[in-house]
Order: sequence, then structure tokens, then C-alpha cells
Amino acid sequence: MKKLRKYLFLPLLVLLAFTLSACGHKDQNVYQKVEANKHIVWGVRADTRLFGLTNVKTGKIEGFEMDLAKALTKQMLGKKGTASFVTTTANTRIPLLKNGNVDAVLATMTITPERAKQVTFSKPYFPAGSSLLVPNNSKITNVKDLNNKTVLAVKGTTAVDDVHKSAPKARVLQYDDYGQAMSALKANQGVALTTDNGLLAGIAQENKGYKLVGGVYSDAPYGIAVDKGQTDMANHIDKALKQLQANGTYNRLLKKWFAGIPGFSLKGVLK
Amino acid sequence: MWQIITNNWGAFLTGFWNTILCSTIALVFSLILGVFFALLEVAPPKFGRVIAKIYIAIFRNIPLLVIVMIFYLIVPRYIVKLSGFQAGTIGLTLYTSAFIAETVRAGINSIGEGQMEGARSNGMTYVQAMRYIILPQAMKIVIPPLGNQFVNLVKNSSVLAFVAGFDLMYQAQLIAFSTFQTIDTYIIVGLFYLILTLPLSYYMRHLEKKLAK
Repeated sequence: MKKLRKYLFLPLLVLLAFTLSACGHKDQNVYQKVEANKHIVWGVRADTRLFGLTNVKTGKIEGFEMDLAKALTKQMLGKKGTASFVTTTANTRIPLLKNGNVDAVLATMTITPERAKQVTFSKPYFPAGSSLLVPNNSKITNVKDLNNKTVLAVKGTTAVDDVHKSAPKARVLQYDDYGQAMSALKANQGVALTTDNGLLAGIAQENKGYKLVGGVYSDAPYGIAVDKGQTDMANHIDKALKQLQANGTYNRLLKKWFAGIPGFSLKGVLK
Repeated sequence: MWQIITNNWGAFLTGFWNTILCSTIALVFSLILGVFFALLEVAPPKFGRVIAKIYIAIFRNIPLLVIVMIFYLIVPRYIVKLSGFQAGTIGLTLYTSAFIAETVRAGINSIGEGQMEGARSNGMTYVQAMRYIILPQAMKIVIPPLGNQFVNLVKNSSVLAFVAGFDLMYQAQLIAFSTFQTIDTYIIVGLFYLILTLPLSYYMRHLEKKLAK
């Protein structure tokens, strides 16, 4: 027993030391760090078409958010500034931000009051919101048309609540992922697929014969997240974003990725 | 945990009811289909034997999820519109019937050939011999493995969750995603399934004892 205690004690001590040292960086000002290193680590998506998707041929992540992150880096740190990317998912993006592995998260993250308790958000950079995807020959033009019809959605997404609010009589079927939901739409199990407009744009680009309709019927804009309290970093991101919108870079990137998606309106999006 | 039950009582009840409905329909029809194909497989005509072998080979060796997806995504596009509940129940019935057919066939084969020969030499037709001599003895033997199939069927009905069939597992996923109380929700759902499967197991055991006398 005594021997066992001795063996247990050492690893515990090491663990404790690690935990304490990890606490140390907490108070660091992220903006001062990136300014000194001329380098920003962005947390991004690698599985979302148009926003951030790994290109199978090159192995690099490509998308609107990638381009925006690069442009923001140059705007904030000057020509010498470099950006690197860390892949995140919905579950890992906040923990990675908290432990300092990424400096900012630019990953299709909707600004919500719940999340704002954990992180500090920039101004919105993409006017996301729930929208509808229908076959090209569909008679549905907006969310109100969905009353007494069947709508398809993905489990756990906010679009489900949005449909209930906007079209209380609609019947909602929910699936595990977008692939299944899209297959169900093709099999006529429902008349429309609903989720964020940005995600639908990606699906529409992949599946010819489908279009977005009705614009955005519930706002859920995306914001860039930094660790809670890093207001210096958030303010500089906001400033850089504003400059990019003023000099036309932002519009150019939007058009590069979203022009030509059937039914996706750039009108309300362009600055 | 109690709060999850009271807040989502309606959803749990709908799910529970749909699971019972799906399981009952699938149980009755898979038993009928299973016995039918088992008889076809042991019957003298070669044509019937081949048909039964193909049927069993297909539905026993494809994952249940794939069978259900075919009925949910492909059949509605070309043949007839099926809801998630219908597609799930049909898929579950066909899948289970293949296993039941194999179980019943094994039971029939375990009855000595002498039984059939004896019955036939006493003037019974093949159908009579099967109906009065072989099947009653075979049924006694297959009750325990059949009980296993039935319990598996009830649990397999959770496949409806993948095709929006509004069963217990589907409701559980929605509740878990909206409340973030994942562990508690699934524990409750596990208890709901126990309410169905435990009595079923005990009934099958009771039947086994009764028939053994």
C-alpha cells in the first residue's frame, strides 16, 4: 500500500504542476501576443462547404472564412502578418479558445446570449439565419407556405424552433445529419429542407435542381469569437473587419464564394 | 431526471406508443413470414426451396439500417410513398422474418426423419404430417430462440429514429439535443424499453415451461 502511494504521488504532482502552469497564460493579452509574434492562430471549420472545407487534392482548407481570416490578419498585423489554421468542431471550438490553442474562432459560430457568457464576440461578419431549400419546380416561396406541410431538418439545430415559430402548423421531421436530410428531400419525404442559409448554399451548390427561397426568416448572424474578456483583440478584429468592408475586400470575397448559388440573395449581405 | 420525464411526458408517450405499435405489427408479420419461408425451405419442391434461400440470404445478411433506408429513400422515389414509420416497420419485419425462418427451419430439421416417415406411412399427407406431427414438436424446441428474436425485434425498432419514425429513440434524441441532459434521457429511454422487453421475456419463458409439460 505504501509503495502504491509513492507511485501515485509523483504523477499527481506532475499533473498539478501542469494544471498550475496552464493557469498562468490566462491573463495574457491575446492582441499583444499576436502583435509581437506577427501571427494569428484561427480556429476554423474543415467540413462546411463554402465556409471552410478541406480540399481533398491539396489537403488545404478552403472557403470564405479562410479567405476572410487571411485578409483580417493582413489588415491587423500588416503585410508581414501570417495566419495559421486549426480545425475545430462545434464541440471543440470553445474549449480550444479557452486553453489558448487558438487566438480567435472564425467557424460558422452564431452569436447567442448563452455563448456570450463564455466568449467575447466581434461584430457579425455574416448575416446567417434560417432559410429554406426546395426543388426548382416547388411552389413554396416563403416560410408561411409550410403550414400543413412536412419540413425536413437536422436534430439539435435552431431551425427546428424557428419553423415552429414562423409556421406553427408545419410538421417537422428531424434527421441525424445533412446528408440524410437531403436524401429525404430527394425522396419527397418533405417539401423543404431548413437550416442556416450559408449551409443551404453549400448544399445547393452540390445538388443541382435545388434552390434557396424566402430569404432569411430568422436571424442568427455569425460572429468571430475570442476568449472572454479579450476585448482588445475583439476591438481590433472589429476595426479590421470594418476596413475590409469599406475597401471592398469583404464584398469581393463574398462574391467569390456565394455568387451563382441559385436563390441565394447577395443583396442583403453585401456592405 | 424526474423533470425531464414530466416536461417531456407527451413526447415520451408518443414515442412509447409508436414503438409498441411498430413492434407488434412487425412481430406478428415477421412470425407469419418467417414460418412460411421456413416451410418453403424444407418442402420438397426445389423451386420453393431456392426462393426461400434467396429471400433469407438477402434479408439476413444486409444491415437492418440499409434495408430500412432502401424502403425510406428509394422505394418512395419509384414505387409508392412510404412514411418513416411505414418504411421502418416493413424493413424490421423483413429483417426479423429471415432470422425467424432460419430458427424455425432448424427446429423442423431437429425432428427425426422417422417422424415424417411414420406419419406418411400411416396415411397422412405431407401437409397433415407437417401440421399435426412435425410443427407441434418443432415449435416447442424453437420457443427459446424465438423469444430472443422477439426481444431483439423490440430493441431493433429503434432504427425508426433514423428515418423520423417518431418512436421512443427518435423522441429521446430530440429531448437529449434540446435539454443537453443526454445521459439522463437515455437512462429513461432504457427503462421504457425494459417495460416492453422484460414482460415479453417472462412470457416466452412461461410459454416454454407450459409447452414442456
